[in-house]
Amino acid sequence: MARITLKNLKHAYMKNPVRDDDWALKELNLDWDDGGAYALLGPSGCGKTTLLNLISGLLTPSHGSILFDNENVTSLPTERRKIAQVFQFPVVYDTMTVYDNLAFPLRNRGVDKATVDRRVREVAEMNDLTATLGNRASGLTADGKQKISLGRGLVRTDVNAILFDEPLTVIDPHLKFQLRSKLKELHTRVPNTMIYVTHDQTEAITFADKVVVMNAGEVVQVGTPKELFEEPHHTFVGHFIGSPGMNVLTCELKDGHAYIAGNRIATANTARSATGRSEIGVRPEFVRFAGQGLQARVVKVSDAGRFSVVEADSAGGRVRLLVEEGGAIPSETAHLEFDAAATRIYTDGWLAGRERRS
Amino acid sequence: MNKTVNQKAWFFVLPVLLLVAFNAIVPLMTVVNYSVQETFGDNVFFWAGLRWFEEILRSPRFHDALGRQLFFTGTILAIEIPLGVIIALAMPRKGPWVSVCLVLMAMPLLIPWNVVGAMWNIFGLPELGLLGKTLNTIGFDYNYTRQPGDAWFTLILMDVWHWTSLVVLLAYAGLVSIPDAYYQAARIDGASSWAIFRYIQLPKMKRVLTIAVLLRFMDSFNIYTEPSVLTGGGPGNSTTLLSIDLVKIALGQFDLGPAAAMSLIYFLVILLFSWIFYTVMTRGDEQQ
Repeated sequence: MARITLKNLKHAYMKNPVRDDDWALKELNLDWDDGGAYALLGPSGCGKTTLLNLISGLLTPSHGSILFDNENVTSLPTERRKIAQVFQFPVVYDTMTVYDNLAFPLRNRGVDKATVDRRVREVAEMNDLTATLGNRASGLTADGKQKISLGRGLVRTDVNAILFDEPLTVIDPHLKFQLRSKLKELHTRVPNTMIYVTHDQTEAITFADKVVVMNAGEVVQVGTPKELFEEPHHTFVGHFIGSPGMNVLTCELKDGHAYIAGNRIATANTARSATGRSEIGVRPEFVRFAGQGLQARVVKVSDAGRFSVVEADSAGGRVRLLVEEGGAIPSETAHLEFDAAATRIYTDGWLAGRERRS
Repeated sequence: MNKTVNQKAWFFVLPVLLLVAFNAIVPLMTVVNYSVQETFGDNVFFWAGLRWFEEILRSPRFHDALGRQLFFTGTILAIEIPLGVIIALAMPRKGPWVSVCLVLMAMPLLIPWNVVGAMWNIFGLPELGLLGKTLNTIGFDYNYTRQPGDAWFTLILMDVWHWTSLVVLLAYAGLVSIPDAYYQAARIDGASSWAIFRYIQLPKMKRVLTIAVLLRFMDSFNIYTEPSVLTGGGPGNSTTLLSIDLVKIALGQFDLGPAAAMSLIYFLVILLFSWIFYTVMTRGDEQQ
């Protein structure tokens, strides 16, 4: 159990990184509170697995340091970092029984027999594995195997953090929900810090208290699911989280205010400089049809259950908005109104006023 | 789950069956034919029943050859399988040395068998062979053409040199197919290198090792060319393995009947041992 601190952490797989793109993980500073449930969310190749492997010690960072409770563990090997990891594909020791699998990490550490037995039974109970303890691990289904992987982390009492690397990848869809709830439940029962890597926003949001959103090797925002939804710090976050994602429309800036084709768009923030690419971001939930405002042409309506997703072309680009079932949808030309409190100006992708420090 | 049964699929096997029939079954049947008959030449045959089989099974000569064969095969398996696994474990998994190692390993396998026999024949000669001369110079009384022990030593050394590579390549293929996550998980679980070998590498290599044992068993049990070129079965009869003995009976003495009976017994012995090996080594898999 420990607080994990990442200081000026950077990593490149090549020997002499020169360009910005050479870094698989760009410089980042993060604090993970003891006992928290975190998710690392981002598309494939964004560096989230790299970050996870740096924390677990499977990789050594090119730059920066990793602290567990203020103790520098940057150069410590995996086995001495006291972490547990659940991998994308279930790892079980095929020839052993479920019991022996769970006992393995303890036996390797020379724990006495009685304690091993007590811990194994406790953890089997938590993971619903009691009934299969005597079975060969290789005979279990994928979700059973993932529970064993997790169990091998939970039996140890010295674990600082449990890391999950897309653990639901090979699980059947109908079991995903079950296993996810199980993880969430386990987190309330064990005091471990849990870090969960995924590219699936639903998994991240349901599991984590705090989500770390990554893109192209850098952390774009850290926040609660609510914060990420309501105030994305980057157009990427807005687009990646939410379904459908945030609308990003090109705009012009005059005196810090946003205009699209001459229409002044009321926004929650103002932009200080007019240099760089200017866009406004607004989630489909906060766009309405109105008598006046930005002119747009409705091009597509798709039914999404309680809502219809309407797509309309405006001077700033394609806008998606949600119309409740039964709501009027104008044909052809219409006017759009944005909720000012939920509409923001972004400069070069970053929320205006919170630009990247570079 | 119900599987669709379609017997028509057997027709697809027919061409292969015909091919196999002509190059395996028909010759085998002629052997069966010889094994129950007596001939004095001129293509005149007399019915002999199971006489040849009884004769062979009772003959001390056959027992001795079978004993030598079992000793040879047992010894080379006991050396080549563990040695092959050890070498495979020591080989690099990444980098430029991988190809170098693989090519070096494949080299002995590419040499024709009679050349291997001839190479070791010369290599071991006490007066001029590098191995024979060196051993004698440093004080060993080594002469594989005269001393049965030395002949066996050379024979086994030759087979180990020639075939361990095969085991190495198979074991290596098994090793590289293990996903990194297993090693990472083992490190996280605090496993020792022995535990990693015992619980990850060995179980994952089991399938390829089964193949390696079967291939090496069958090949070594059938071995003819190399020992024939190296020692010709001598000195005396000391390295006369089953196949060498068989050729002596069939082509040396032209005793077609006994030779045919011996062939069939030989064949059944190989089949029986292969079946036992396979059953024992794959026993655990069925529980899954």
